[in-house]
Amino acid sequence: MNIDFYERIWMWASAAIITMFISVIGVSALAYGWHPPSHVETIDPAKVFTDPRFSRLGQTITLPDGTIEVQMVGLMFAFAPNEVRVPAGRPIRFRLTSGDVTHGFMIAGTNANTMLVPGYISQLTTTFPRAGDYLIVCHEFCGNGHHVMAGRIIVEDAK
Amino acid sequence: MIETSPRAAMPAGLSASFTRLALANIGVAVASFGIAAAMAIMQAISRANLDLPFRSAGMYYLSVTAHGTLMALVFTTFFIMGFGYVVAGASLDGALKMRRTAWWSFWLAALGTAAAVIVILGGKATVLYTFYPPLQAHPAFYIGLTLVVVGSWGWSLVMLMALRTWRRAHPGRRIPLSVYGYAATILVWLLATIGVAAEMLFLLIPWSLGWVRTVDPVLARMLFWWFGHPLVYFWLLPAYVVWYGLLPPAAGGKLFSEPLGRLVFAMFVLLSTPVGFHHQFMDPGVPAGWKLFHTFNTLLILYPSFITAFTIVASLEIAGRLRGGGGWFGWIPRLPWSDPLVSSVILSMLLFALGGWGGAINASFGMNAVIHNTSWVPGHFHTTVGSASALTFMGACYVIVPRLLGRQLELVPMARVQPWLWFTGMLLFSIPTHITGMMGMPRRVFDPRYGDHPTAVGWQWLTNVSAIGGVVLFASALFFVLVMLFTLFGSRDAGEPLRFSEPLEDPGTKVAFLDRLGLLTGVAVVLIVVAYAYPLWQHMQMERFGSPGFSPF
Repeated sequence: MNIDFYERIWMWASAAIITMFISVIGVSALAYGWHPPSHVETIDPAKVFTDPRFSRLGQTITLPDGTIEVQMVGLMFAFAPNEVRVPAGRPIRFRLTSGDVTHGFMIAGTNANTMLVPGYISQLTTTFPRAGDYLIVCHEFCGNGHHVMAGRIIVEDAK
Repeated sequence: MIETSPRAAMPAGLSASFTRLALANIGVAVASFGIAAAMAIMQAISRANLDLPFRSAGMYYLSVTAHGTLMALVFTTFFIMGFGYVVAGASLDGALKMRRTAWWSFWLAALGTAAAVIVILGGKATVLYTFYPPLQAHPAFYIGLTLVVVGSWGWSLVMLMALRTWRRAHPGRRIPLSVYGYAATILVWLLATIGVAAEMLFLLIPWSLGWVRTVDPVLARMLFWWFGHPLVYFWLLPAYVVWYGLLPPAAGGKLFSEPLGRLVFAMFVLLSTPVGFHHQFMDPGVPAGWKLFHTFNTLLILYPSFITAFTIVASLEIAGRLRGGGGWFGWIPRLPWSDPLVSSVILSMLLFALGGWGGAINASFGMNAVIHNTSWVPGHFHTTVGSASALTFMGACYVIVPRLLGRQLELVPMARVQPWLWFTGMLLFSIPTHITGMMGMPRRVFDPRYGDHPTAVGWQWLTNVSAIGGVVLFASALFFVLVMLFTLFGSRDAGEPLRFSEPLEDPGTKVAFLDRLGLLTGVAVVLIVVAYAYPLWQHMQMERFGSPGFSPF
C-alpha cells in the first residue's frame, strides 16, 4: 500500500512518541517501582471502628523502619481524625478506609491521592520535604456535604 | 462513500419512516442538550460563588447529575442513533429496513430517559452520571438508563442488519467508509455495554429494589469502567465519521488516504475496551500490574487519533488549495469558514488537540496522581467529548436537520457565530479548570473555598474565569437550540443533497481484510478477555464485604 511520504514520516513519528511514552512509564513502573496506590486488603465497612487495624485513629505510630503510620477514616462529611501532625522529611504511611460511601483523599497541591472505597483499605506512602499547613480534600462526590469534607496535615520541622 | 450519485441525496436515500426516526432521535438529543445546558449555567454561577437566593448544595449536585447524564448519556446516544440512520440511509441503497424494531428501540430509549430524568429532577437520584455505589438512587434511575442501553441495542441490530443486506446485494464492494466508521462505533458500543449491563442487572437494580442488601463497590467500579472508557470512543467515532465523511466535501476537497481511515476505525474496535483500569489508578483493591497493562493499551489508542489529525488536516489542505490558496499556510484562510459545519469541525479539532494531550497525561500511570479527580478532569473531558464530539455534532446538525426536514437552515448568522462562541467559552472554561486541578482543587464541589485555607485561596480567582467561560458556552448552546427550533418551524424549502467524501484515490482492495468485521470483533473479544477475565476472577476470590445503600442528598 503506498502511503504519502509526509504521512509516512508522521506515522513513524507518532509511533516513536507512543513508544517513548510506554518506555518511560514501563521503566519507571517496573525498574523503579513507581505505582499508583494499589493496595489490596479488605475490611468490613460496618465494623471499621472496632477493627484493630483502625484502633489508633488520632495517633501517629512509628514503625520499626522509621516510617510513621497515620490511620484515617473517611465519613460523610469529615475525615476522622480531621487534623494530624507529622514531621517533615520522614516517610509517612497513610492507612485509609471509608465508613460509609466512596470518598476521595487528596493532599491538595501534592501527588498524594487515593480513593477511599468502603470495604477496602487504601495505603500510600509519601514524604513532606517542607513544614507547612496542608489541606486534605475529599474529591469524590459523597453527598450534599461533599464540599465541607476536608482535613489538615500540619507538617512540622523534625527536631 | 464512493458514490455521490443522486441516490445519496436526502431525504431520497431514507424512507419517510426512517426520516422521521432520524428526526425523532435528533429531536430528543437537542432537547436533552438544551436542558443539560440550563443545568450547566447553574454550575457556572456556582463557580463564581455568587450568593444567589436559589443556590443550594442540593441543587448544585442535582444539576451536576442532570447535566452529566443528559449530555454524556442521552444527547450523545440519541444524536449518534439519529445520525446513524442518516449515514446508513444515504450510503446503503435502501438496505435500511426493520422499521418496527427501530421505532420500538426509539420509544424504549425515550421512555428510559424520561424515567431517569424525572427521578433526577425530583431529587431522588443525585448520584452523578457515574452512579458509584454505595450511593443509591431511586430504582427508576437504574432501570431507565438500562432501557436506554436496550434501545440502543435495538438500533445496533437495525444498523448491522442493513449493512448485512447491503453486503449480500453488493458482493465484492468495499463498505463505504462512513458506514465502516459506524460499524466500528456499534461494535465498540456492543462490547462496552456488556460491562454496564452486568453492573445494572446483577448488582445495582436488585440492590436498589431491596432484593439484595449489599453491593461490592470495587466490582461495580470495574464493570462501570469496562463500559465507561469505550463509551468515550462511542462518542468520538461518529464525530470522526463527520470529519472523514462530511467535512472534506463541505470544505470543497477530497479525502486524503481513505484506507488509513479504515485502519483508524479498526484500531478503535480493538483497543477501546481493554483500558478501563486507567480510570481506577487511584482505587484500592485493583493490583498495580493490571493497571499498568491497561495503561499500555491506553497509550496505543493515541495512535489512530494521531493518524486522523494528519488525514483530516491534509484533506483540508487539498480543499484550501483547490480554492486557490498557495504557500505553506495560504490555504487556511481560503477554507469556507462561513460554513458552520466547517468551522465547527476545525474548532472542535483544535480543542481536541488540547484535550488529547491532557488525556495522555491522565493516562500516564504515576502522573495521574497529581490530577486524579481534580477539576483538571472536567477541564479535560469538556475539550474532548464536550468539543470534539459535541461541537462536531452541533455542526453536523446544521447540515443534517434541514435536509431531513426538507427545509433550509434558519438564523444562519447565529449558526456561524455559535462555533466561535463555543470555542472561546471552552478555552475560558477549560484552561483555568486544568490549572486549578493541578493546584489541587477537587472536581464537582459546590463551594471550593475550604474555609479560605491558603491553598484554596490560590485557585479562587481562576474559578471566576471558568465561570465566565461557562456563561459564554451557555450563550453558544442557546444559539444552537434557537437555530434548531427556527429551522424546525421554518418554511423555506430546500432540496440540496447531503454529500459524502470522495477519496483522493479509490481504496481498491487496499486493507480489504479490515472489512472483515467478524474477524475484527473476534480479536477485540480476545483482548477484552485477556484484560478483564483474570482480574475479575481474582477479585471474586477475595473475602469481600459489601455495602448497603446511602442516599445523602
